[in-house]
Amino acid sequence: MTEMFSMTDVTVCYDNVEAVRNVSLSVEEGQIVTVIGPNGAGKTTLLMAAIGLLASRGRLVFQGNDIGRMSVEDRVEHRLCLVPEKRELFSDMSVADNLLLGSYSLRDRSGVQKTLDEVYDRFPRLKERQRQAAGTLSGGERQMLALGRALMAKPKLLMLDEPSLGLAPLIVREIFRTIASLRDLGVSILLVEQNARAALETADYGYVLETGEIVQSGPAKDLIHDKRLITAYLGGH
Amino acid sequence: MTSDIAAILAIDGIATGAVYALVAIGTVLIFTVTRVIFIPFGDIAAFTALTLAALDAKRFPGTGALVVILACLATLIEIISLVRTGELRLLPRALFFYLVLPLAVVGIAWLTMRADPPLAVRLVLALMLITPIAPLLDRIVFRPIADGTVLLLLTVSVALHFALVGLGLLFFGPEGVRTEPLTSFSTEFAGVLISGQTMLIVIAALVFSGLLYLFFDFTLVGKSLRATAVNRTGSRLMGIRPARAGTIAYLLGSLMAGVSGILIAPVNTVFYDSGFLIGLKAFVGAIVGGMTSYPGAAIGAVGVGILESFASFQSSALKDVIVFSLLIPILIWRSLASLHSEEEIEE
Repeated sequence: MTEMFSMTDVTVCYDNVEAVRNVSLSVEEGQIVTVIGPNGAGKTTLLMAAIGLLASRGRLVFQGNDIGRMSVEDRVEHRLCLVPEKRELFSDMSVADNLLLGSYSLRDRSGVQKTLDEVYDRFPRLKERQRQAAGTLSGGERQMLALGRALMAKPKLLMLDEPSLGLAPLIVREIFRTIASLRDLGVSILLVEQNARAALETADYGYVLETGEIVQSGPAKDLIHDKRLITAYLGGH
Repeated sequence: MTSDIAAILAIDGIATGAVYALVAIGTVLIFTVTRVIFIPFGDIAAFTALTLAALDAKRFPGTGALVVILACLATLIEIISLVRTGELRLLPRALFFYLVLPLAVVGIAWLTMRADPPLAVRLVLALMLITPIAPLLDRIVFRPIADGTVLLLLTVSVALHFALVGLGLLFFGPEGVRTEPLTSFSTEFAGVLISGQTMLIVIAALVFSGLLYLFFDFTLVGKSLRATAVNRTGSRLMGIRPARAGTIAYLLGSLMAGVSGILIAPVNTVFYDSGFLIGLKAFVGAIVGGMTSYPGAAIGAVGVGILESFASFQSSALKDVIVFSLLIPILIWRSLASLHSEEEIEE
């Protein structure tokens, strides 16, 4: 497998406080990698640095290119996409317009309609509500729209920040099923989650982030049986 | 006041309001995309009128020199910024957009001027010369402080207005101008005489508002501008560059202000400093729409125009006092409305 994305010794500071310290991780092509950890561990900060919304020290490599000095927009043009925790939808605009804007960074516009049809096939609910304003959708539908909008950019690496946050258990299961199915599209995924069990069940590889540092890593199927993790994050059973 | 006089005042007010509406829509456009309350829009309108007057008098307008100076300054700032960020590969592109393009516009205007062009061409030339000013000012003044607070941006915007008034005096001189009417047509409707100029103003306002609506609703670039206005972070994550969206917004806004300047020039005498009142009255209109709604801004601006028209009939000296006093109840109403929307956001 070839390496899709890597972070080496990445440090992110808010003023003088280090929120993320010397973090190194990598995502192989077609792999789902998860970063789990408690609230405030620096998971969101890590993704914000990866997409370029926060400045960071260290090395960021995407498909062999050093992207550390690239703007957010340039990273998106290279097909590195983030679905942020707050979803950041265009709430006054229709579902269809939100999806269309997802494809904004694509120079070749010929496949946009086909991708849109694929997104609608994946999320029929969005097709039903395509004329509705994004702000009027339910929590689950908003997450579907955020995912669908990111897929419109034909991402090579999709970074998902807490996709299950604030959603009902049934919807969470549906969202994770969708994430797992994205593997078939050849999309690599970096998934940040507090819902450690669901994340590890979906992922191939996992990292545990605590107070800004990676404290443990390994194949997801091993981590899910790790005694310390079971006690700390997996609700021990 | 008889009904005849009321009708004349209303028509006059609608025409003035339509001019304010164009500037108000431009103001809302810039504010939503860049968070800048661009006070100098009125100046852009006045400069367009002065530019057209100079072209009518077969003089090359001062706008040309202003564009050249601003283009050189903007290019210099862009080069420094590219050197600092180590992105020299973007230099040819920067030189094209900030130097070659504005200079080409001035060059084309200068060459066309020598051929003694007809009025329609002069109108296009005036608009061509005026549209680069706001995007260049954006690069020079606002881009370096784009992440500042709305208050900081507003303060700089007011300062920029005063700087432009000074430059206006330098480039256009102290004389007022009034251009030739765009049409001598007039008609009578329900016993009231309506001039072709008045009709042209209202039609132009409707056409440009309609075009803007189509642009926002049916083009990807238009939608990207709306997206930037609704959610800046979200739009960046789609690869939409806020700086580029800002430039497009400034170009469109300048065009709207330019058109309003051309429409007002045959009706009112325009001086180098006439822009302030136009801009401020459009701003009152824009506030009625909460600085975010285009129809709200247009309706507000037409309301301001009508109020001004009736106020000038009652007391010409106090017409501006009456118009600006309208701000107080509107701001109270708006502040109550915005409290309500903050509660909604928290939910």
